[in-house]
Amino acid sequence: MNPNHDHFPEGDSFRQSLSGRYRTASIWRTLFLSALVIAIISLAALLYNVIDGAFGYVAYEYKNDPAEFTPKPLDDLNQPELLAILKANLSSGAYNKLNNEKPMEKRSKADLYTLTLERLIQIDTKQNWSLTESLLRGAEIRAEVAEKYPKAKLEFRSWITPVFLTTPMSSKAEFAGVRTAILGSLWMVGIAILFALPIGTGAAIYLQEYADKNFINRVIQTNINNLAGVPSIVYGMLGLAIFVRVLEPLTSGSLFGVTDSNGRTIFSAGLTMGVLVLPLIIINAQEAIKAVPDSLRQAAYGVGATKWQTVWYHVLPNAIAGILTGSILALSRALGETAPLIVVGASTFISLDPDGPFSKFTALPIQIYQWTTRAQSEFHAIAASAIIVLLVLLLTLNAAAILLRNRYQRKY
Amino acid sequence: MESSTKLKLENTIMENQNFRPLDLKKKVRLGESLIQNLLFIAGFLSIFITVAIVYELGKEAWLFFGDPEVTFTNFFGTTEWSPGIGRFGIWPLVTSTLITSFIAICVSLPLGLAVALFLSEYASLKARSALKPILEILAGIPTVVYGYFALLFMTPLLQKIFGEGVEVYNMASAGIVMGIMILPLISSMSEDALSAVPRVLREGAYAMGATKFETSIQVVLPAALSGIGAALIIGISRAVGETMIVAVAAGSGPNFTFNPFQAAETMTGHIARISGGDLSYNSIDYNSLFAIALMLFLVTLILNLISQAVINRFRQRYE
Repeated sequence: MNPNHDHFPEGDSFRQSLSGRYRTASIWRTLFLSALVIAIISLAALLYNVIDGAFGYVAYEYKNDPAEFTPKPLDDLNQPELLAILKANLSSGAYNKLNNEKPMEKRSKADLYTLTLERLIQIDTKQNWSLTESLLRGAEIRAEVAEKYPKAKLEFRSWITPVFLTTPMSSKAEFAGVRTAILGSLWMVGIAILFALPIGTGAAIYLQEYADKNFINRVIQTNINNLAGVPSIVYGMLGLAIFVRVLEPLTSGSLFGVTDSNGRTIFSAGLTMGVLVLPLIIINAQEAIKAVPDSLRQAAYGVGATKWQTVWYHVLPNAIAGILTGSILALSRALGETAPLIVVGASTFISLDPDGPFSKFTALPIQIYQWTTRAQSEFHAIAASAIIVLLVLLLTLNAAAILLRNRYQRKY
Repeated sequence: MESSTKLKLENTIMENQNFRPLDLKKKVRLGESLIQNLLFIAGFLSIFITVAIVYELGKEAWLFFGDPEVTFTNFFGTTEWSPGIGRFGIWPLVTSTLITSFIAICVSLPLGLAVALFLSEYASLKARSALKPILEILAGIPTVVYGYFALLFMTPLLQKIFGEGVEVYNMASAGIVMGIMILPLISSMSEDALSAVPRVLREGAYAMGATKFETSIQVVLPAALSGIGAALIIGISRAVGETMIVAVAAGSGPNFTFNPFQAAETMTGHIARISGGDLSYNSIDYNSLFAIALMLFLVTLILNLISQAVINRFRQRYE
């Protein structure tokens, strides 16, 4: 060993360059860290932006004076009085339509109160403000409203309320809710998982337990990995071409005697979503099956079990937690997907609950998209509220997946 | 040798009347093979899905390109897209897709790479397990929510910074937010690539007196370059196929422009807008959407295949 001193500098010049190198190193370390900080700030900004939109002051006017309908203050009326007002002032057609949806006598006081506001008095939102503005410039806003809209009422409003969750769509932002959208999303995700979970698990079992390393199985595996990367809107086009058009007799329900719909139903959307999440479910299930140790299989074969007996009684029970965890994650992906639903033809204005797989539908992300692209800012406020609902749903699903994984996953 | 032993064994068994001849052949079990075939069909369904995508998109795209008005020079030679009135220049949709994707990559590649380097080379185990869920949350947020963020946060922010030249719908804000959306993907794939670099390489560099930064950049990063390249390609593919952010924030209407502060509709945004309306089957508009979708599918397919090939080669080198 002959150390080459030219390559190992010593002395002052070395020490000087060393401190320079350390400085560079620490500068870059800070830069790397700041990239992470930017990512965290982005997430915080996004969440702040959503929450900021969902609360705040709103200035509104009554289009018709409540005094035209009743001498008493509106808040003091009881259920029969509200009913009488509605009956007297609504056109008989409108009243009967409401009565058909749900008998008016059985509706709650709050329900009738909302109806009175929505149909008779009619709220006209003049302007609304974000949470930050409302908190920081409260006095200015009050002065502005008093000057610009002397007749308007100003109140601090949370746009996300229990009522928002349980009322159907409305063309007025103040009375719109996400009930039909949530139900539509749940129906769709349910159909998707019923379609994709058995097929996906079957495919994963085939690929992990049965498939030899031949050409066709390699093609299947590569193909699944590629399908996972296909843009979701392409799945939407596939759904439009196959489920909505070609299979219309099936997806519109006309084979089963449903006559009032075309192919743009929950069923089509659910199948499209099922095809979209299928590769994800297969890949996740493969990982879960891969994690089951070979010794279990060998032991089963050793006592004379057949291949399927081994898979059914030993591999699957040990992999099921992983498979379900993966499925829940796929499900949350399906819940947030918007583009395929637009293409398959989700309707944006549905005020009746979906009553089966063959009804027209809307979904939570579709409502968010629809409301975000409206020009009026009160629709942005309900878009923000719907986003909060969606994020809470997704968070719950993911928490469930993590719990499931921690609770049932066995370590070998 | 083996067969003769087997013969002898069988003969002994035959001679001894107390033994039933043992059948050591594999039994044909009907149920077992039925199940195996069913499972194969489940696996094969994925091939069927791909074939269906190519067939359906191809069929409608064929109708579109078969239209006598749609010529090659028309399609690639003009810059106005409006199939309903006979304008078939694809460029406005392509350029806006490229611009938004380019902006997204400009945001997500440096940030994602820096995050990956920090997490894999600098962060302690504890810090990493605390920080990674944040990125996972970022990755799990639905894209329509990013669209809301782009339109109602990023665009006003850009307008504050760059003034009135920024339109309400613009490619820049969609691109930047798309970059934030892709960041977790690039950082997690890059981090996997960086962590796969064997420890000996780092130890070797430290032994030569390299600082942590020099080791990371001059030794670990080059060794992981192919994996990072794969991450970049997947990132591009994701950006090209992303729909909701551009549908909400980039503008609604094809516009041939290179100014990122102007509104311009991308390929995906166009499909979303047109198919969202009342679209009659077999119209030129309907067929043209499938032509665009076919282009999208092919581009992303090729990108994904390249990325997978790169990853496979990379794995072989270290494992």
